[in-house]
Amino acid sequence: MATTVDARGLSCPQPVILTINEIKKGKDKDIIVLVDTDTSKENVTRAAENQGCKIKEISSEGSEYRISITKA
Amino acid sequence: MKNIFATRWGLITVGAIIGILAPLLQKLGNPANMGICVACFERDIAGALGLHRAAVVQYMRPEIIGFVLGSMAAAYIFKEFRPRLGSATVVRFVLGVFAMIGALVFLGCPWRAVLRLAGGDGNAILGILGLTFGIWIGTLFLKKGYNLGRTQATHAAAGWMLPIIMLGFLILMVVFPQIQGQDKNDVLFYSTSGPGSMHAPLLVALIIGLAIGFLAQRSRFCTMGAIRDTVLFGQTHLLSGFISLVVFAFLTNLVLGQFNPGFAGQPVAHTMHVWNFAGMALAGLAFALAGGCPGRQLFLAGEGDGDAAVFVMGMIVGAGIAHNFGMASGPNGIGPHGIAAVVTGTLVCLFIGFTMRKKLA
Repeated sequence: MATTVDARGLSCPQPVILTINEIKKGKDKDIIVLVDTDTSKENVTRAAENQGCKIKEISSEGSEYRISITKA
Repeated sequence: MKNIFATRWGLITVGAIIGILAPLLQKLGNPANMGICVACFERDIAGALGLHRAAVVQYMRPEIIGFVLGSMAAAYIFKEFRPRLGSATVVRFVLGVFAMIGALVFLGCPWRAVLRLAGGDGNAILGILGLTFGIWIGTLFLKKGYNLGRTQATHAAAGWMLPIIMLGFLILMVVFPQIQGQDKNDVLFYSTSGPGSMHAPLLVALIIGLAIGFLAQRSRFCTMGAIRDTVLFGQTHLLSGFISLVVFAFLTNLVLGQFNPGFAGQPVAHTMHVWNFAGMALAGLAFALAGGCPGRQLFLAGEGDGDAAVFVMGMIVGAGIAHNFGMASGPNGIGPHGIAAVVTGTLVCLFIGFTMRKKLA
């Protein structure tokens, strides 16, 4: 089961803070982050990679993005 | 499609372009060490509209208009225009007001702080230290769960509000241009002396503003974020763009003969170190709590962020308050109510930081 982080509608740097918190403290190996701006998508992806995680997939649904992250 | 401007090298390139264009704007007529200053230029706009009557700082700066419209163009071309608002909007207005009041105690926004440094103004060091301190306080709140809540998607037209206002400003400027030696043309005020009287030609300033707005939207250039991300996450992505701006502005100043090192007698600056530090600390805290430097707020407003637009309006109104209430500094030092302004603003920002911690469901 993957944990979902809903960062839609949150402004900078909240999406990154929530993602890093989940990477550091969450139990699940797989994390799904939902965002709704391109800036958040880039920031979350960059932060996850800096934490040594793999970006499995980024899919877009309408104006939203669904980022699948796998912890190292 | 990959966004090349949002890579580290893309950001460094954008920082370099801004670093070269800003001193060039000074060569073309903008005030010294003020090629681009978002706070100062919004203050000049407040003056042009008569929101304050400080005679030396009244001019409808086309750079600011260009920032918003250039960002909007980029957002539409790359399908990133997202009309949104509703994240504690009134709080963002208040933060905008005090961000401007703090910036006017120092006499510059983060952009001008580094342009002043690149021009040799040693007082800028105190400002940059204060800015960093204020942002650091902001990151402590962020770590404790401070946030202003979620935005909602809204009508496209709601996202056009600030761009339309900027377009209106541009039209006013074309209809009521400056008349040589006159301090007013119908509704618009102009300066006949001082920084407000110094400006690059309208079309050049507008085109450079549009170009920077376009590039900054693509690269997410943010001077507050540069410091915040370094302090908060140890991430230097945005910082590389900010440093690039300083380095290239310094080199351009050397080439143009605009580098004059020292503390005393620097253009549109004062030497009261404590208040240079404290004013910028207040501004830094307000920017950190609002999630973007004054430039970034303009670019966000251009891509449809109504909360950022309200922050911008807060800054413009804040400039009116700062000058009308004697809170803004001048070349001789802080204004009669500058200290009261910094203390009040800091208390208000701390109140916001301590009280607005919403659990995110």
